[in-house]
Amino acid sequence: MTADAATTDLAARLTGFVAALRAHGVRIGTGETVDAARAVAALGLADRAVLREGLAATLLHETGQRPVFDAVFDLYFPHAVGGPATEAADREELRDRLADALTADDRAMLARLAVEAVDGLGGYGGAPGSDGWSSYQTLERLRPQTLLARVRDELRARGAGAGFADRLLEDEIRRRIEAFRALVAAEARRRVAERRGREEIARRAVAPTADRVDFLYAGKDRLAELRRTVQPLARKLATRLAARRRRAARGSVDLRRTLRGSLSTGGVPMRPVLRRRRPARPELVLLCDVSGSVAGFSDFTMLLVQALHDQFTKVRVFAFVNRVDEVTGLLVHGAADPEGLSARIHGEAAVAAWHGSSDYGVALGEFAERYARTLTPRTTVFVLGDARTNRSDPNLPAVRAIARRCRRVHWLNPEPRAQWGTGDSAALAYADLVPMHECRTARQLGTLVERLLPV
Amino acid sequence: MFTSVDDVSARLAETGYLASPAVATTVFLADRLGKPLLVEGPAGVGKTELAKAVAQVAGARLVRLQCYEGVDESRALYEWNHAKQLLRISAGRDETWDETRTDIFSEEFLLPRPLLTAIRGDDPKVLLIDETDKADVEVEGLLLEVLSDFQVTVPELGTITAARRPFVVLTSNASRELSEALRRRCLFLHIGFPDEELERRIVRLKVPGVDEALAASLVRVVGALRAMDLRKVPSVAETIDWARTLLALGADTLDENVVRDTLGVVLKHQEDVLKASAKLDLDAL
Ligand SMILES: Nc1ncnc2c1ncn2[C@@H]1O[C@H](COP(=O)(O)OP(=O)(O)OP(=O)(O)O)[C@@H](O)[C@H]1O
Ligand SMILES: [Mg+2]
Repeated sequence: MTADAATTDLAARLTGFVAALRAHGVRIGTGETVDAARAVAALGLADRAVLREGLAATLLHETGQRPVFDAVFDLYFPHAVGGPATEAADREELRDRLADALTADDRAMLARLAVEAVDGLGGYGGAPGSDGWSSYQTLERLRPQTLLARVRDELRARGAGAGFADRLLEDEIRRRIEAFRALVAAEARRRVAERRGREEIARRAVAPTADRVDFLYAGKDRLAELRRTVQPLARKLATRLAARRRRAARGSVDLRRTLRGSLSTGGVPMRPVLRRRRPARPELVLLCDVSGSVAGFSDFTMLLVQALHDQFTKVRVFAFVNRVDEVTGLLVHGAADPEGLSARIHGEAAVAAWHGSSDYGVALGEFAERYARTLTPRTTVFVLGDARTNRSDPNLPAVRAIARRCRRVHWLNPEPRAQWGTGDSAALAYADLVPMHECRTARQLGTLVERLLPV
Repeated sequence: MFTSVDDVSARLAETGYLASPAVATTVFLADRLGKPLLVEGPAGVGKTELAKAVAQVAGARLVRLQCYEGVDESRALYEWNHAKQLLRISAGRDETWDETRTDIFSEEFLLPRPLLTAIRGDDPKVLLIDETDKADVEVEGLLLEVLSDFQVTVPELGTITAARRPFVVLTSNASRELSEALRRRCLFLHIGFPDEELERRIVRLKVPGVDEALAASLVRVVGALRAMDLRKVPSVAETIDWARTLLALGADTLDENVVRDTLGVVLKHQEDVLKASAKLDLDAL
């Protein structure tokens, strides 16, 4: 490429970049764009990290814009990776290297591994990557969170766990894993962008607000951000539910009784008789998968329901991984500390036997057996989970038994509908028995709660 | 002033300021593009210190406007020395009023405040407008004027234009949103908490008596505290204080007792201390 062509290309990329930022609500004037170009000229292109900081300094005006900026930057100024690992990444080998990088807290290596992981494990469709790239699939296959124990033991063996610092170790590793997950998400987005044209994806792929983020992809930060929206969302829903309740309480015309009444007026229906609704509020039972990747979704929903508790005569919440236990009490006392909810559930409730992966069949069976008496014809049951059974028996009879005893069962599934029934998902089998709803974001959850809750 | 981003890092380091890549890059650009630098970030991450370090590197005079609620033009820009003017008036009884007036509104009776000081004279200066968010909105209008043209009009004297533009640093804790217009004038830099490696280096530099291993575990505990949901998470300043405290106590490793006894240096609220003690599994008493 000639120098001129290179300059033109760079200018075009910069204008595209600025346009994409604007599309995300970052207000950028011409002055800043000119500054950005001057910054690029002063800094050169050799160091991507320096370029990133330089553009951020010239184009942004506040801290809150930085996450959007970083995501869009990755799309427009991708790593100049000379094509990562040419041979298809082998899952076990990747996990080994990932464990090493997490142990060493080697940021550069973690970034490279994120690229390789998406490359080797994230492609879907015919030939790998021919239809797209998924960070969800990458993480599902790589399961970085399961490396925790191994990395911890390795670090201990090296003495990093000596003395006081030992108690910090696990959380430190968790934060590293969380950062790696974010790198994977960024890389998958970048690849999708490459396929579809940057402009289009920059508009769609960068999550603009927390309530539209997929629960399954939301990292720790996003989930924390989401938790802060629980109260406002609950207030909004409460107002809507109250309005629905008022409308319902007004009742509909009871035709038979109106006509009977009209006999005294010569058959002319003078006074319409309204069917009265029972004023008692409904009962709600929540049955939540709190394992691994769906925990963010379950957490959020539990907090929301807790915030809505005075809309019901009774709310009971049960959590499971491969065993069921009631956690209503933990939730009530935990309202003050939503951050710690998940840890409390895992620490204080018996939700998992010796192994940590979910078993819907066993959990549903145990619920049907031990807690059937909590269900009455006034109860609505919400089941929360991805219905991924880890290939064990889904125990459909248990679901039927639960459905028979209560008024309604709704299943909220945080996975995209297109993935239901793929791999070890028993979603379609369950969906045959009870209505199943796709519930990927807080926004969708709000709509579903408003629509599905009985009043 | 600087030849490259690395040059910025190296020279700031000589003064005792360890810059992250983001800091070095932005300082380099502020100098190259001749734009004011708006630095935001939590308390105690080295915003003020950065301006001081830049001044030292540049061999420039540091002119500091400390903002607070109620700071006004007469504190920020200039003021007439009324006492001295009165003296002058009573001294020159046989002059005409016109003569007196011309005289008492001359440079001699002017009290320049930081904004004016920073643009007068041709020696190099760094203008630090510290804690900008504490000032009232009206002061922003004033800053905007001064930072756009680097000139100040004193009605009685005329317009004073900077012969040499100062390097300007504005800091803010974001207790109040600064106006968009002011932000647009500036390059923006957010300084967050440093990564572990940088914070270790800062500790070792500021408290040389602390050895590598102790600095490392100190920084790890601080990192853990920052990940907790506390009312006030510890900043670099607290990390440094903690290191000094441990040194003074002669503690050469962190253990449960040392952490429990000194946690108050790092955390300022009792409820934070309680929460952190629980999360760190420090037994009560
Ligand atoms: N990168 C760094 N290199 C060297 N010292 C640092 C660095 N960052 C912070 N410090 C030290 O931390 C302490 C606090 O810094 P400073 O007072 O500049 O913070 P600040 O961001 O201005 O805080 P505030 O918002 O409270 O004014 C100082 O003692 C400073 O020396
Ligand atoms: Mg300060």
